[in-house]
Amino acid sequence: MSRASTDVAIIGGGLIGVWTAFFLARRGQSVTLFEKGVVGAQSSGTNFGNLRLQGRFPGQYPLSLRSHALWEDFEALIGEGCEFAQTGHLYCAFDSDEAARLEAYAQVSQSHGLAIERLAPSDLRRRFPWLSERAIAATFCARDATANPRLATPAVARAALRQGVEIRENAPVTAVTRQGDGFRITTADGRGLSCAALVNAAGAWAVQMAECFGETAPVFAAGPPQFVTEPMPMVFAPSLQTIDGSVIARQTERGNVILAGYPRTAADAVANRAPVPPAKTLAAMRALAGLVPALAQAHVIRVWSGIEGYLPDMIPVIGRSDTTPGLFHAFGFCGHGFQIGPGVGLCLSEMILDGSTPTPLEDFAIGRFRTPAVVSEKFQKEFDRPSDMGIERSAEKGRAIG
Amino acid sequence: MSSIVIVGAGPAGIAAAELLCSHGHRPVVIDEGERAGGQGYRRPSPDLALDMHALMGSEAGRYEALHRRFAALAEHIDYRPRTLVWAIEGRTLHLLYDGRAETIEADQLLLATGAMDRVAPLPGWTLPGVFTLGGAQVALKDQGCLIGRRVAFLGSSPLLLLAAKQYRQMGGTVAVIADTTGLAAKATALPGLLASPRTLLRGLGGMAGALRAGTPLLHGVTPLAIAGNGHVQSLLLRDAAGRERRFTCDAVALGYGLKPETQLADLAGARFVYDEAFRLFLPETDAFGRARPGLYLAGDGASIGGADAAEASGALAAHAILADLGGAPAAAEVRTLTRKLARLRGFQRSLARAFAWPASQIRALPDDTLLCRCESVTIGTVRAAMAQALGPIEVNRVKAMTRCGMGRCQGRVCGPALQEIVAGASGQDGAGAGRLRGQAPVKPIALSAAGESTP
Amino acid sequence: MSTDGAQFMRVATRRGAAIAVEFDGLPLAATEGDSILAVLLTNGLILRRHEFGSEPRSGFCLMGACQDCWVWSVQGGRLRACTTPVADGMILASQPPAGPHE
Repeated sequence: MSRASTDVAIIGGGLIGVWTAFFLARRGQSVTLFEKGVVGAQSSGTNFGNLRLQGRFPGQYPLSLRSHALWEDFEALIGEGCEFAQTGHLYCAFDSDEAARLEAYAQVSQSHGLAIERLAPSDLRRRFPWLSERAIAATFCARDATANPRLATPAVARAALRQGVEIRENAPVTAVTRQGDGFRITTADGRGLSCAALVNAAGAWAVQMAECFGETAPVFAAGPPQFVTEPMPMVFAPSLQTIDGSVIARQTERGNVILAGYPRTAADAVANRAPVPPAKTLAAMRALAGLVPALAQAHVIRVWSGIEGYLPDMIPVIGRSDTTPGLFHAFGFCGHGFQIGPGVGLCLSEMILDGSTPTPLEDFAIGRFRTPAVVSEKFQKEFDRPSDMGIERSAEKGRAIG
Repeated sequence: MSSIVIVGAGPAGIAAAELLCSHGHRPVVIDEGERAGGQGYRRPSPDLALDMHALMGSEAGRYEALHRRFAALAEHIDYRPRTLVWAIEGRTLHLLYDGRAETIEADQLLLATGAMDRVAPLPGWTLPGVFTLGGAQVALKDQGCLIGRRVAFLGSSPLLLLAAKQYRQMGGTVAVIADTTGLAAKATALPGLLASPRTLLRGLGGMAGALRAGTPLLHGVTPLAIAGNGHVQSLLLRDAAGRERRFTCDAVALGYGLKPETQLADLAGARFVYDEAFRLFLPETDAFGRARPGLYLAGDGASIGGADAAEASGALAAHAILADLGGAPAAAEVRTLTRKLARLRGFQRSLARAFAWPASQIRALPDDTLLCRCESVTIGTVRAAMAQALGPIEVNRVKAMTRCGMGRCQGRVCGPALQEIVAGASGQDGAGAGRLRGQAPVKPIALSAAGESTP
Repeated sequence: MSTDGAQFMRVATRRGAAIAVEFDGLPLAATEGDSILAVLLTNGLILRRHEFGSEPRSGFCLMGACQDCWVWSVQGGRLRACTTPVADGMILASQPPAGPHE
């Protein structure tokens, strides 16, 4: 039995959508969530699983810290686990320029109350003897963690169901129109639903919906090259990252080593394809064996990627619509939405129910794309050439509409 | 000149290479094996005192001819044994040779990657001493070893009889030949089997041989468990009359027909369709084996047909390559090959009914049966994941939730059974449960294969 | 059956150079041309312990597809026993040799 009307409709059954649904329902709202496929199948389910607090966009710390508290409380809140492990995160530099950047990150983290350990070469040899001597400096944050993305979103979705949320999987939305002060949603099977408030959490597919309401953002789809090794005896406990992005790795409790890296590859959101060029796999294999020599004989058993929505300034869109009261956006998480997912859901629920959230989110307003998009310096090393990514085209489109 | 690459040096790959060479091409032939021949026509390792002529029986002539033909090709092809193709991206093949990653470009790519045994799990099937049926033959042909002294042959396949015969011939004891398909089902498939009288006669000969040797030969069994303390000690099954029977043995050869090795076809962009007769997803091709522009599939890696069909399909694919390169059509030859291939593959479809995949038995397996050998996932874990709210009903999602099929073999071994368990638990047919998607690397590759990093 | 503690039964002899390998600390005689798997299973019952639960495994498909027969090489490296020929002086193990731990 499905509803004809609901308080809040959410489009997109990724991590953002299900957490938003969960918090809204917990406060008594009737919520219907539409997912074109199944919950947590896209970037929410295919990402690396990093819950890293170090080195984030400075304006995002209040949100990240709020979100982290929710991850730390996941099992009590959600009623099942997601392999959350507070492993700590070791952030490594290979030269003095990189070390200076690490130090800058560390100062930002500390200004938000995080405990950051600074490690000199002698500390690294003593505490992390498996680490290549190429690493000349590192910072360690014990509160950083990891979780299994394949399990997290379905678990939150089930908790939302228990709170009374209606979840419609395999229900692509074909039309969204204004209906009085609210909205009318039609799905591919021809069914309709009226709602007072609407959350656009459709990930790499969200722009289409924003454009129905006269606003846009230059989202493009890309995915990181990732791989996993066979289970190996435990070598390293913390998640591990080099500041040049050549290695982002963790070893799961089962012993598999999971790796993600740069540069990201353009993905095709329409055909639902996120290729992993073998040359990138080989480069990442070299980088991992170089950083953790004990893994040189570990075998890669599978590569994968996932379709993630990116924006040229490398920060997401979170907040109310500029054009349409009652419409809220949360998309374009630029490959770092996993950690802030729960916090975004909580903040959106507050914005919808209380009119505002205590967490500052001004930096993430969709209106910033009314002027030509600022291209983040991260593009240099984190992506293939901007022309391959369609980023120039996206930025122009932003100008045209904005 | 166009770069033609053939992957696989079994009957299909050899037949294709031969035809291409005769038209002046010099194809690259990449093969993972040490020696050409594929699995079925595998040659013994060096200096092994094994009488292959006696072992191959009625197939000996074909076996010897194939290897003679391959030897004659040697200087006309670029033969690369011991080479794994681990990924395909566009026209680039990513190779692993001698522990190092390399690449090669292919304008026309013919995949003749062969097949492996299709297996159904049962309690105890990961005990040391349980091997695939094909593996039991490989141990003998490649290494001159039997997998045990007293071997139970279990599954549903005409090769149960053949392998048991070879084992007896080499001095092994056959504890039982136990086939899950009943005699009634075999009788209904008989008309179709007449399409290949030679193979049918081989099968009947095997049956007679087993009876003469006093080997228990059972049809319509339900396998219950393989038991043993640390290694195989017995096979427990229920016979067609409903009696539980235990056969003492120290090894079990397990096989339910073959399944194509389609991982590379998947990476190369072939599309797959569910085949009701085989109850498998098979790559889609035209009559010549064209899967998409520049991609050709032949042999058991395309559709199970046996060695003769593999040769015919390899030759057909080579004709397609020649035609696509602008060559003059060899209409008469192609017509003969097409008819032969249709007849042989039709025969295999009848075989697939006479030696059926035991779908209902698999769907009824107890929860504590291990399904995924690599990741140690039980059938119960899969069913429990499916039963919860928002539970998956498609194999790739089940894999994401349970890790079934996520290990070193990428679901090669558990894939067909997983598909059946998922279909059973969700009330779908086999097609509805979906197909495990392949990903590179198709087999594990060590980090060191990528070489040293240059900081 | 298996009273001599070997899984495989050799039924064809091999002429060839005698070589020596070691598995789990025990010396084993082999002949050039033997696969690692054939050597280990004509001398014993298992190849390795499974990572998740440590039950014994002895390979399965014997043709390089199932990936169930990877053994450890003490000299470094991991070897797929069914498709890798033995080499003189190989030191093999059913379980990972002690490595660097945190």
